[in-house]
Amino acid sequence: MNALKFLFAAYIATWVIHAFYLGTLVRRFGRLRRELQELGKEK
Amino acid sequence: MSCWSVTLATLKKDIRLEWRSKDALNSMLFFSLLVVVIFAFAFDPLAEESRQIAGGLIWVAFLFAAVVALNQTWARELRNQVLDAYRVSPAPANALFLAKALGNFIFVSVLEALMVPLFVVFYNLHVLGPAWQLIPIAILGTWALVVNGTFFAAMSLRTRSREIMLPLLLFPISIPAVLGMVAGTTAVLTGDNPAHFYIVLLLTYDVVFTTACLALFETVLHAE
Amino acid sequence: MKRLFPILAVLTAIFLAYALHLALGKATPTDAQQGDVYRIIYYHVPSAWTAFLLFSINFVASITYLIRRKPKADMVALVSAEVGVVFCTIVLVTGPIWARPVWGIWWAPGDIRLTSTLVLWLIYVSYLVLRRFSTSAQTQMLAAALAVFGALDVPLVYFSIWFFRTQHPQPVIGGGGSMDPRMLHVLLINWLAFLCFAFLVCWSRYRLELLHREVEEAHAMKSLESRAPAKTSLPLNRGPQ
Repeated sequence: MNALKFLFAAYIATWVIHAFYLGTLVRRFGRLRRELQELGKEK
Repeated sequence: MSCWSVTLATLKKDIRLEWRSKDALNSMLFFSLLVVVIFAFAFDPLAEESRQIAGGLIWVAFLFAAVVALNQTWARELRNQVLDAYRVSPAPANALFLAKALGNFIFVSVLEALMVPLFVVFYNLHVLGPAWQLIPIAILGTWALVVNGTFFAAMSLRTRSREIMLPLLLFPISIPAVLGMVAGTTAVLTGDNPAHFYIVLLLTYDVVFTTACLALFETVLHAE
Repeated sequence: MKRLFPILAVLTAIFLAYALHLALGKATPTDAQQGDVYRIIYYHVPSAWTAFLLFSINFVASITYLIRRKPKADMVALVSAEVGVVFCTIVLVTGPIWARPVWGIWWAPGDIRLTSTLVLWLIYVSYLVLRRFSTSAQTQMLAAALAVFGALDVPLVYFSIWFFRTQHPQPVIGGGGSMDPRMLHVLLINWLAFLCFAFLVCWSRYRLELLHREVEEAHAMKSLESRAPAKTSLPLNRGPQ
């Protein structure tokens, strides 16, 4: 049972890292789209 | 105007300038002494393990001293737009690179030559293996640090936080060379293992990266 | 093109779930020595292979950029390096998590695979740092040069640690030797699933980079236009057509 802790920790850690990275991508997407819209409006 | 004559001329200029001002040399010497003293406090010299770790300590000290020296390699060239003048001149970029690398090599070797007796004194070192092998290790290892260091120092010129950029780029790439230097020195100091492979490793590393630096330096020099 | 992405995303998610089910389920036997903990391999090794593949793509793209100066090559280099670092991070996190219950230690410096992976991670993180901190207009060239250096370094890293290990024997984390064919089968399925996932992540990052460059161009156009003198009777230069 103790060893299984490590197994689940590894799997969860993997997806946490992926989720974190995807989260940063989503945030950057949003920020850039907003910026592009603002630049379009100012024109 | 051959590549070699340009290299020699630039090298002589750098040495002459450094000799006249001596500011970098003096501060580097004192810095090297400080590093050795700090290590002597941090790692008990009388412990039996100190012979095992002395190789590592020496090279880490050299590494930090080299980084401080390398950081101001190109500073002088930037100050009076000498770098721009060099870019528009017909002189080959490689000549400048070789001159800088050789100048740094001489400079860092002088520092090492001064730090080694200090280490021997503080750590009561005596060599159990074939001592002559320390010379190729020192030469090849120093060149490995200096050749990549000069290249990455040029790369770091146009970055924010220039001083931290150099070690950040240099250290990861230098890991095999550092392993070779440290393991080789330890092997010779303890006499436990032969150091031949490490010398071959350092030689291979030097050949590969000297070629890469010479091939790509022109790109870096002309980077606005 | 845009409609394809959500469909592929859903398919990949299903594939990953299926691969996970195989990894944890009864399809594969429990390892005789390690117990069920060995199943970390189904995430650790595919991540490693994916990272190596992405770094190889980075190397090829960097060389292409050095020779041909194609902007697309540079974008591929950036994307593959970034996503490669993510997968490499996972390798370095799952490795010690696996080592601890099996060997009792988190890290063995002589373990050639994990240590080489660490150095690889350091090299590519330094690549990403250079790209972020460089103020040069030739950042892309410098980064490509650094990528070439990194790639040249990799075999040297491997051999230096390999020889060090022969002189100082260390435990090998992750085990060697042959693998039960059922385990290999599940390993490959997991790898395939992660490759699909990596492809989608790279695609997203690529689109992000395109958007980023579009915004930069818009900024540049805006500052060009705002600097045009108001009194001139000449038509405003709208830049390269």
